[in-house]
Amino acid sequence: MDAQVPAVEVRGLHKSFGALHVLKGIDMRAHRGDVISIIGSSGSGKSTLLRCINMLEIPNQGDVLVGGEQISLIKARGDERQPGDHAQVNRIRTQLGMVFQNFNLWSHMSVLENIIEAPVHVLGRSKKEMKQLAGELLEKVGIAEKSDHFPAQLSGGQQQRAAIARALAMEPDVLLFDEPTSALDPELVGEVLRVIRALADEGRTMILVTHEMGFAREVSSHILFLHEGLIEEEGPPGQLFENPKSERCAQFLATNF
Amino acid sequence: MDFELIAKSFPALMTGAGMTLLLTIISAPLGLALALPLAIARLSKRSWLRRPAHAFIYVFRGTPLLIQLYLVYFGLGQFHDTLKAWGIWWFFRDELYCALFVLVLNTGAYSAEIFRGAIAGVPAGHIEAALAAGMSWFTRLRRIILPSAFRIAWPAYTNEVVFLMQATSLVSLLTVTELFRSAKIIAVRTFDIYSMYITVGLIYLVISYGIILAFGMVEKHLMRHTRQPGGKKSLHQRAFAVLTR
Repeated sequence: MDAQVPAVEVRGLHKSFGALHVLKGIDMRAHRGDVISIIGSSGSGKSTLLRCINMLEIPNQGDVLVGGEQISLIKARGDERQPGDHAQVNRIRTQLGMVFQNFNLWSHMSVLENIIEAPVHVLGRSKKEMKQLAGELLEKVGIAEKSDHFPAQLSGGQQQRAAIARALAMEPDVLLFDEPTSALDPELVGEVLRVIRALADEGRTMILVTHEMGFAREVSSHILFLHEGLIEEEGPPGQLFENPKSERCAQFLATNF
Repeated sequence: MDFELIAKSFPALMTGAGMTLLLTIISAPLGLALALPLAIARLSKRSWLRRPAHAFIYVFRGTPLLIQLYLVYFGLGQFHDTLKAWGIWWFFRDELYCALFVLVLNTGAYSAEIFRGAIAGVPAGHIEAALAAGMSWFTRLRRIILPSAFRIAWPAYTNEVVFLMQATSLVSLLTVTELFRSAKIIAVRTFDIYSMYITVGLIYLVISYGIILAFGMVEKHLMRHTRQPGGKKSLHQRAFAVLTR
């Protein structure tokens, strides 16, 4: 892919839930190798923005482009829209690995089955080849011995690491993290952050929604501070954390850092 | 209790029990095959799919099975010229086919409601993970939603199959000689009501137990993901132990 084309681009994004206007015109770009953290207080629209990128939420206005390809959206009822081409959305989703706050592992499948499920049944990869790759990925996230366990038999931190391995198994261009450590006991946060940091160090393109300010500052190349559905301030972590220009951002950092 | 009579009529009762099992074993899977698309249609956003499914389920759950059997077997007989013209009279003139037809529709409607609830109960996060992985509607349904829904529905569906087996006794009124009718024939002839109906009740009990046992084994396999490694107790057994401590 052309290095000049942003891996993810969001243009003029608006999203409402009924009367609640959550996103009020967001523009952002993630280039290859960028690690972008989205911070802000709860209700600022962070997760909604992330979920609009892979169309788990359909934006009411604005466009999302992945690898330069615009996701086609057509008018639906009222001011809602819907995908113009579901096959396109599904194909683009395979390029965007997603890690959820609540892990969302498929509970009736073992860790190994969770990891190979989508590569085998969506991408048509061979089971044998995927089992090999799954083993390597589990090694990488440090739970190789849990391959045959079911999600309910793992700790939260292990489940989240398995979920990261599941996202990686699709060999996505971009990883989306939606508050990956918010559902974890404090003593389990570290093990998940270590894995995410290792992925950042590999030069992967990542967009994170997080409350871990110290972590965001360390791993990110760019920070977006969201306030009431708008990007209030953005910039490299050094600048944004040291010298926030916006009063609200300074206030938020003072109470959350 | 006239044990001599029971022993003598046992072969006839076993033949009847065979018919009861046959009715159950044929109508349960066909009913299930009908129930799944019905449940999916019932949950559809498209009203032209949802409404007919809803109406069908409403009618078959809202009326007694006995009336459904009578309407199809005796009722359709009134239109036998038309049915003949359509080339389906051979089916509806046969009491066994009629019985199976109605049993399938009836258990299909009830099971559809069980599976509708189960599909709606599949955790939203599981579906979102499937969406985020780029799964198409059909892949999501086949690989994530239905396997999960089956696990949720299984205990209730076990009940439905036990009820279905017992409901086959109504088919005796279409002169299908299943377990109940084979007992009734002997009871009417010998006037030994107690011997025959207690025996036949016990046979129903044994068949019910067999169904519960078989379905329980399937459940144990389906729910293996809730067991802790090493331990033999499942999560809900452990929860029960904690609650009753």
